[in-house]
Amino acid sequence: MTPNAWLQIALLIGTVLLLVKPVGAYMAYVYENQPVPGVGRVLGPMERGIYRVCGISPQHQQDWKRYTVALLLFNLLGFMAVYLLQRWQGWLPFNPAQMPAVAPSSLAFNTAASFVTNTNWQNYAGESTMSYCTQMAALAVQNFLSATTGLTVLVALVRGLARKTTTELGSFWVDLTRSMLYILLPLSLVLAVVLVSQGVPQTLDKYITVHLVQPFHQAGSSATAPSTLITTQTIAVGPVASQEAIKELGTNGGGFFNANSAHPFENPTGLTNFLEEVAILLLPLAFCYTFGRMVNDTRQGWAVLAAMVILLLALMIPCVMAEQAGNPLLVRYCNQQPTPLQPGGNMVGKEARFGPVNSAIFAAVATGTSTGAVNSMFDSFTPLGGLCPIWLIQLSEVAPGGVGSGLYGMLMFVLITVFIAGLMIGRTPEYLGKKIEAFEMKMASIAILVPPSLVLVGTAVACVTAAGLAGIANPGAHGFSEMLYAMTSQANNNGSAFAGLNGDTTFYNVLGALLMLAARFWTIIPTMAIAGSLARKKIIPAGSGTLATNSPLFVFILIAIIVVVIALTFFPALALGPIAEQMQMMAGHR
Amino acid sequence: MTKFTPQPDVTGPVPATIHSTSAPHGEGWLSMLRVAVTLFVIMTLLAGIVYPLLVTQIARLFFPWQAHGSLINHAGQHVLSGRQAAGSILIGQYFSHPWYFWPRPSATSPMPYNAAASGGSNTGPTNPALIVNIKARVAALHAADPGNKQPIPVDLITSSGSGLDPDESIAAAYYQIPRIARLRHIPPAKLKALVNRCIIERSLDVFGQRAVNVLELNLALDRAYPR
Repeated sequence: MTPNAWLQIALLIGTVLLLVKPVGAYMAYVYENQPVPGVGRVLGPMERGIYRVCGISPQHQQDWKRYTVALLLFNLLGFMAVYLLQRWQGWLPFNPAQMPAVAPSSLAFNTAASFVTNTNWQNYAGESTMSYCTQMAALAVQNFLSATTGLTVLVALVRGLARKTTTELGSFWVDLTRSMLYILLPLSLVLAVVLVSQGVPQTLDKYITVHLVQPFHQAGSSATAPSTLITTQTIAVGPVASQEAIKELGTNGGGFFNANSAHPFENPTGLTNFLEEVAILLLPLAFCYTFGRMVNDTRQGWAVLAAMVILLLALMIPCVMAEQAGNPLLVRYCNQQPTPLQPGGNMVGKEARFGPVNSAIFAAVATGTSTGAVNSMFDSFTPLGGLCPIWLIQLSEVAPGGVGSGLYGMLMFVLITVFIAGLMIGRTPEYLGKKIEAFEMKMASIAILVPPSLVLVGTAVACVTAAGLAGIANPGAHGFSEMLYAMTSQANNNGSAFAGLNGDTTFYNVLGALLMLAARFWTIIPTMAIAGSLARKKIIPAGSGTLATNSPLFVFILIAIIVVVIALTFFPALALGPIAEQMQMMAGHR
Repeated sequence: MTKFTPQPDVTGPVPATIHSTSAPHGEGWLSMLRVAVTLFVIMTLLAGIVYPLLVTQIARLFFPWQAHGSLINHAGQHVLSGRQAAGSILIGQYFSHPWYFWPRPSATSPMPYNAAASGGSNTGPTNPALIVNIKARVAALHAADPGNKQPIPVDLITSSGSGLDPDESIAAAYYQIPRIARLRHIPPAKLKALVNRCIIERSLDVFGQRAVNVLELNLALDRAYPR
């Protein structure tokens, strides 16, 4: 690795860690329902106005079942809105490119499931499918609301840990409104304007046509078809910056354009690339501090954060190394050495302004979180380079995972770790003074085992059906990696892809949508059940036999449990895909 | 003497688990639906209409050129309309004539550098099709400049992620200097100076990679040495 690669990783992690405490403390104000300093003066009246119009009583608290029902109801509305806006976009305003209704219906179904579940898997190309109206009012809205949904579940779980002998977990409506008004909307507004200043377009005008500096002849589609003279270039634009900002801050990842953050209009400079990475990591990591504040022991938050960052770096660094090393099969044809004049490495599917280093860092950041944005094409990564993002997703999106969902996923692992460690030392397992009993263990096991089961069953189905195999773009072990990646990404609500796979078929659209919905809500419901159960319990003061859950030792056990329980589950599948391909590549086979 | 008065429930407050379905404040099932619909509509308007239009207005006010696609004309000046533009500084164009600097290969369909359909080739590292493509690109470079025996920079023969990469490495631009120098009768040292003027440094000298903007370079080439 080059010194610049180490420097960039250090600056990224350092910047985010510096922001964790102020942003985390700010979010603690938001979720403890205190007046928010600064912006509260402006947004407070707006918040109260929304409650009045909707008939929400902000003091009224919900138990876990009502909180969950409200959440599911709200998400169902979002699902219907995204589906219908896609199907009706031909008749709606803000459609200068005159996009017709999104078809087939299975694609609209998949996209609706994808954006509601914070996955943002895309079986379509944005600039040739979606109208500005759909991008703004359907997709970007769900970018906000799905992130908010993750935050509300997490807040309810943290309140379950912090409160005692109560059934009250807060109000879903209030948590949702405050997340939007005080956190996501202001941060997105600031980031969007900064992105525009760097060159990200923000306009409702139609696509731009320019006359090429050098017109060229394009060969016909077949040998006999006449060639055509291409004299113009149509440049797709749109309200990109507003969507780009929440795409990263909400760990959504659904690009305005097909090429996502590799597109120069989504990510024009090294600076925007860095800001997008910071925005992706900011809320999932900052909430660890919020969590610590809400349970009155910030070291608990730092411990969980440490585990997240260690796991992320453990797969980010090998990814950078593998991509910088390049492809041995190309050594005969070109120079892949990094020099001051070229980034070198594996440049297939990568942008010159990013090179392998920034591409690999971004890949790890966007897969360690549930973002799934890409600034390079994973399908063209070296096998080991591609293994890193896929494994980061397979960790069930806890390193550090999505907004909200990452930490509540991690807290499930914490409960499992506390339980196993408790068995080892012969004590009743407790976490933050709450006894962890059979019910919590059952629910945590469901939440942890659902995504891996969905991945493996989904991949198996794709492997043995003609419809599944028909989508493969690359031959051999790489084709298996494509299918495994698609199932992994959707069943963990990530959304990135080995994009060669043709996913816009009825088979992949429907299977993928079901995986995304199951992965999202079958983990949310058990998590909420645990929140309800913990809130009812007493808080037992820590004694001499209590396992310290804020020590380096605990962080180590937590990481070990995640690796043993989840990462190794996928080892056989990974051996058939990326690992087999790496062997082939090193042996010179193609 | 004592008069019976109803006593408050001494067992404490009513357990909060007991909810009446007709409780006020949005807690009945029907009113819950009403709250959900109203709040959803408000949030859609706020995040889906107000927020993007607000960003659009701010962008139009402070960064109109960037907001409209960073267009430049043949003189390299900023313009706002596609009619006056030679292209966007951020979107690559296809150059195939040997007297221009060639950009990186583009995998967009149906033609290269189709800025209405971005995307990469998605060929895997061991895909035979990748090697076939690489060989063809090496052959094209050698055919255009048979005397050039330098090693080819990797980015010049590999397609980008977006298919619209506006840049290529400095090495990729330098590699093409002998060809252009010969065809346009320009001293190589002058071409090198021209390339060096078009180098985009890393943001804040740290982030990203140094690169050369190919459209800017070719426009500068045409201005400095008209054919």
